[in-house]
Parts: sequence; C-alpha cells; structure tokens
Amino acid sequence: MSSPLAAPLVEIRGVSKRYGAVQANDVVDLSLYGGEVHALLGENGAGKSTLSRILYGFTRPDSGEIFLNGKAVDVHSPREARSHRIGMVFQNFMLIPALSVLENIALFLTDLPAVLRPEAVGKRIFEFGERFGLTVNPHAPVRQLSVGDRQKVEILKLLLAEARILIFDEPTKVLAPHEVDALFRVFAALKAEGFAILFITHKLREVIRCADRITVMRQGRVVGGFGSGQADVETLVTMMFGERGEIGATRQAGATRRPAEARPILELRGASSHATGSETPLRGLELSIAAGEIVGVAGVSGSGQKELGDLILGLRSLSAGSKWFCGANASSWSIARMRESGVAFVPEDPLVMAAVGGMSVRENLSLGTGRRYRSGVRLDWSALEATMNQSFEALAFPIPPLDPPIGALSGGNLQRVVIAREMAHEPKLIVALYPTRGLDVRSAASLRHLLRRARDGGSGVLLISEDLDELAEMTDRLLVLFGGALVGAFSRGAWQPEEVGHLMTGSKEVNVA
Amino acid sequence: MTTPLILGLLAGAILSGTSLLYATLGETIAERSGIVNLGLEGILLIGASVGFSVTAASGNAWLGLFAAGMAGGLANLLFGWLVVTRKANQLASGLAMMFFGFGASALIGARYVGAVIVGLPKWRPSWLAGFRWVKATTLFNYDLLTWVAIPVAVLVWWALFRTRWGLGVRAVGESPAVAFAAGRNPAVLQYQALSCGGVLGGLAGAHLSLSLTLTWSEYMTAGRGFIVIALVIFSKWNPLRAIAAALLFGGAESLQLQMQARGSLISPFLLDMSPYILTLIILVAWGGSRRLAAPAGLGRTFYGSE
Repeated sequence: MSSPLAAPLVEIRGVSKRYGAVQANDVVDLSLYGGEVHALLGENGAGKSTLSRILYGFTRPDSGEIFLNGKAVDVHSPREARSHRIGMVFQNFMLIPALSVLENIALFLTDLPAVLRPEAVGKRIFEFGERFGLTVNPHAPVRQLSVGDRQKVEILKLLLAEARILIFDEPTKVLAPHEVDALFRVFAALKAEGFAILFITHKLREVIRCADRITVMRQGRVVGGFGSGQADVETLVTMMFGERGEIGATRQAGATRRPAEARPILELRGASSHATGSETPLRGLELSIAAGEIVGVAGVSGSGQKELGDLILGLRSLSAGSKWFCGANASSWSIARMRESGVAFVPEDPLVMAAVGGMSVRENLSLGTGRRYRSGVRLDWSALEATMNQSFEALAFPIPPLDPPIGALSGGNLQRVVIAREMAHEPKLIVALYPTRGLDVRSAASLRHLLRRARDGGSGVLLISEDLDELAEMTDRLLVLFGGALVGAFSRGAWQPEEVGHLMTGSKEVNVA
Repeated sequence: MTTPLILGLLAGAILSGTSLLYATLGETIAERSGIVNLGLEGILLIGASVGFSVTAASGNAWLGLFAAGMAGGLANLLFGWLVVTRKANQLASGLAMMFFGFGASALIGARYVGAVIVGLPKWRPSWLAGFRWVKATTLFNYDLLTWVAIPVAVLVWWALFRTRWGLGVRAVGESPAVAFAAGRNPAVLQYQALSCGGVLGGLAGAHLSLSLTLTWSEYMTAGRGFIVIALVIFSKWNPLRAIAAALLFGGAESLQLQMQARGSLISPFLLDMSPYILTLIILVAWGGSRRLAAPAGLGRTFYGSE
C-alpha cells in the first residue's frame, strides 16, 4: 500500500472484542499513516464504532495490541488517548450550548492556566482557524451555531489540545452538502500538515471522493482494503453487504407515481407560528399533502422541522393562516382530535417523543388512542390488545411482551412498538420526523418500505429528514425548509442535491458566522 | 418623602441586603455547579445560631463569625454527601436539610436565648461622617461584612467567569458528562462549590444575629433562605446582578420596617408580607425568561458516564 511516510503512526494488531454473543471485532488489523485520510467503511454493526472506541480508550479489547510510532501502548481511557495525541469527534458533539465557543474549547485544554486568559485562547483559535479553514466566532454561544460550525469547534478543540491522530465518527451525517465540502477541505489542510485522519462512514461516494485508503469491515472483520482510486461503488457495496445487494434493490422501488388530482388530506394555508427561546418561527407555509403521496421536507437542523411536525399534530398553535384536514378547518383542533381523525406520528427518538419509559408496553400502546377503547371509566384493554396484535401482525413485527416497562426494550423493538401503535388505526396522514435516524441500515430499509406501503394503501405521508439520499429514494415531492419558511419545491427526480443543499442553507455561499 | 426618610431607607436596605447578598452569592455558586439547595434556610439558621452562641460564649464576635462560616460549610458538605455521593433527590434532601437546620440551630442557640453580646464592630470613615445628613442615619456605619459585600460579589463573579475552576464549575452545572469528558471530576467540583456556598451562607446567617438583631431567637431568618432562592433566579445566576437584587429586597424589608415604625395605617401583617409578595411578583415576571439563563443540569443527578 502506498503511504506518504515509511512507518505508520498507529498500528492496530489482532484486536478482538466480544459483547455477549456478538463478536464486535474479530482479529482486526489496521494501520494509520501521518498525512492520510483513512476511511473505515461498513454498515451499522460492522464493528467500526467498536474499533474506534478501542483506539480512543473508551472500550478495552479482549485481545490485540495498539502500537504508536512502533511502540506498544495501553490506551485505557480517553484521557490516556489524548495524552498520546489521539482525538475523536463524536456524532453527538461534546459541547455545552450555553457556553461560548472559547469556553468550550478552553474546557478541554490540558495546559489551561488557573486564571483564564481569554485573549490568548482566542488568538490560538484564530490561528488554527485560519490555518485549517475552521473559522468560527470564538465569543458566540455554541447554541447559536449551525451543526457545521459546531463540528468545527469540535475539531478546533482537538487541534488546540495538540492531537495528531483524529478519529471522525460519521462526521457527514448531519451536514448539508456544502458543509461536507468544507469539511473535506479541512481534511485536506490537516493532511498536508501530516495529521492522520480516520474517517468512519457508510456513505460510499464520500469515501471515494476524499479517502487515500479505504478499509471495509463486515461482521467484525476487515474484509478488504483499497488505495485511492482502486475502488468503485459496486465493489464497495458488494464488500459491505456481502452478496445481499440490498441497496440496489431499494433504489428502484419507488417508481414514479403521482396521484392524479387526489384530494388533499392535509393543507396548510399561510400557516405561521410564534417561537420562544431557540425555536424557529414558521412563516407563511403553503403545503398540501394528498392521499397516496409521500411529501419530503429537507432542511438543515433547526430550520423549523420540529415546529412543523408540532403544528400539524396540534402541539403548537397557529399565529396566522389555517390548517385543513380532509376538507375541514382543523386550525384549532386539539391534539386528541387530530389523532382521532387519523394522524399518526413516527418520531426520531421514541423514548423522548412517543413513549413513557417507566410505563409498561401495554400502557404505552394505549397512549394517544384517545377515546377509542373507553368503556365507561375503564379502558377496554382486551380490545386494545386485539387491535394492536393485528397491527403487529400486519407489519410482520414480533409481538413483544406487554408487561415489562417499555424502556427495557432495545431501541429497534421500542421503535416497532411505537410504529405498530401509530399504524393500528389506518392513519390517513403519517408525520415521520427523522424516522430512520439512529436505525441500522436494515431497520431503516424496513421502515422505508413500511412508509411506502402506507402510501400505496392511500395514506398521505410527510417525511421530514436531513438525509438527502433517503429523500431522493422515498419522496414523490420534495419541499425545502429554511428559517421556518418553505423555500423550494420539486417533483420527484427533478432536483440536484447541490441545488437543494444551497436552498437548505439559504444562500449560494458558504457563510461563516 | 423627606431626605432623612430616603437615607434611612437606603441605610436599612444595605444593612438587611448584606446577608441576602452573601446568601445569594453562596447559592449562586452551588446552583452554577448544578445543585439547588432548598435547605439554605437551614444553613442560614445554623450560621446565625452558631455565630451567636460562639460570640456569647467567647465574647469575640470575630470568632463567632469564623465558626458560623465553618458550620455553614460543613452543613453544605453534609448536603453534598447526600446529593452528590449518595445521589439522593436534591429537592427532598434540601427540605430535609432545612428542617435539620431548624432543629440544630434551636438546640445550639437554646442556652443563649436572651444573651447580650457585643456584635461585629462598625465604623464609618471620618470624611463621610462630616456630612450632616449622613450623621443622622446609620448610613456608611457598617461592619466589615457589609463593607466588603460588593467586593466579595465581584470576587465570586471573577472566580466563576475568569478562572479555570469557575469554568469547570459552570461546565458541570451545564453538562456533567461533557465536563467529565474534559477530564474534570464533577463530584469534586460540586463539593467545592457547595462548601464555598455553605461558608457564604453561614456568614449570611451570622450577619443577621451578630450585626442586625444582636439577639438569637428561633427561626429568626423568617424565610430569607427561600427569598434568596428566588433572588438567584432574579439575578439570572449572575453574582453582579445579585448585588442589585439583594439591595432591592433589602429595600423592601427596610421600607416595611420604616412604615411600621412610623405607625402606618397599613396592617402590619400586610407589611410583614411585603418581601414575600415582591418575591412572588418577581417569580411571575421572570417566569418565562428563565430557560436560557438557568444552568442546564440544575437539579439533575449525574450517574457517571457509562
């Protein structure tokens, strides 16, 4: 393999790690050189995260060794990893929204003096920012920053703490296309100064664009390695997924279909809302969802997606305009009435938004079913169970035990319970808010399949997502939300990711606040 | 109103505002680290009774003041053991601490009810005593705690916002998990913040018995600890704003006393209520804007980062 330096900066040899019945890492070898971007590719559960957590000292391997500059080292904790100049940018940023950029960075400096000298830290932030294209306003509170800027702060934190080996755990997941470009320019600048970058992802195109070397993992093993320019999408897909080749199949599924003059299920006419705190006010939304179509909403986080979902469900009231549901003015309907009328909600994080962790699965199944199972002052549990069992069967989900608290279920099972509940009463409208975020590739695929099936069965679907690939695959129409307003509308196949990306960020230029 | 009345009001505001300010500063430090101590009332009582008892027994008010600070610090460390180490619910533990303070202070002070002490010495710079209207009031005739109250507030602000320690405390109060990831020890920082807060609370209590009333009576704090919890919110967890907040409430207390002294026609019961009514008004007015200012981790228990 070609590399800019003779000896690797990091060498992982024969690392294995087992969690219960799962062999997360199975005798994995990996080397990282200074001045390279090394992509670690694999589907969820392939062992990429385990390997990076071992390198960063979060997890201890069952066997195997790590060599830094040719010397065997023990990395027992993140603190030790940092002392070996290894740094990691997590998917969930380690930032405190209330503190300024400067304070967030200072918190992680090992050589911070007892009395803070903000100018000195600010100067270093500025220097590194200029050098690597990571300019942010050091005095802005982090809560005001975009996701892309927050990521810059994370990278600056590592650089100021003198890390030389940088691990990025799916860094592009939450970024808009132009922010991804900016990140890759940062990669290039870092590479030029001899930093080693381990880039964990499952997005193939990005890997082919920016990686000098690619290592593919599957089921805990390294199944292939390529130099830059040696791999194409087809080869990588086959390696990642074995012989299954699911990706190609799902692409064709949503054939071009557009309901001819179907009646609208939901309409927003000039809908606006007020906002407090860090919320985004909605401004004059014109939106219509017909039976049998999936309408996608793209936007960078904080563009008003959550507020839009809340508005439709009735959690948020209109300050102007009106909301129509199946031809009736629903502007002032209660949440209960919206739900009883046939609105279902598939949220991003069920435990936060759609389930009560301490209550049993059965009790959770009854939530939001309104008056359907009321019998006198009691609830007709057996009727509820019968309906829910049917729903589980129709969805081909296994029926979970109903007595334990729902919080004890695994993430995937929990999501299934919520979906079964939401689908139980043949919803006319399904509002899906980042429904596949945090799901592994297969669960995400089955959820998408389910939404398409509901669409084919005559439901209207509103799919709010930040994943442009998902939107491209799923939607019949695509709307773009920016700053609480709809700034673009496209029919299926009639849009370019770059164009949507620019609309998503509200400008043609990469603006750095 | 006449000039003497206004000056009298101001003098009274500063006098009763002093203990409010120390207590507010102490609670601010604790809450910045993510811990709300509803038992502050108990800490104030312990400070007042220990300060008074030690002064009465030893005849030295400075010794009493020192003992009160120590007692406050120790009481808060006990509270810290409950909520940091034992991870008990902060609200329930705080209320328990309050009742503990009621009982402990009554026990400590029982022998000294009605005792006569020489309180903290007061002095007024001679160049200020020259003014006719100053001479007529207690204005600028203060003890050490009052004289250094505002510098202490500035010092607390500086410690929280300009030192490595303060950054750690604020980070723990916002997100213990991030602070932990940054290599700080959340428990240690919370204990440190609580002991500083306890010392300030003890001093605040001692100022009541050693300077303001010069007596000890059971439950003499009369809800000041709870007013202070509202003051912390009112001052948005900022030690500098706390100065103004304490003066405002000190003023309300002072106004009420002046009105009663002058035989106002308003019911004395209603006048007694005025600081608490002001507290309610402020909580109502401040209700909505609380979200951005409060430390995000306030009142939450950190179970470590698994």
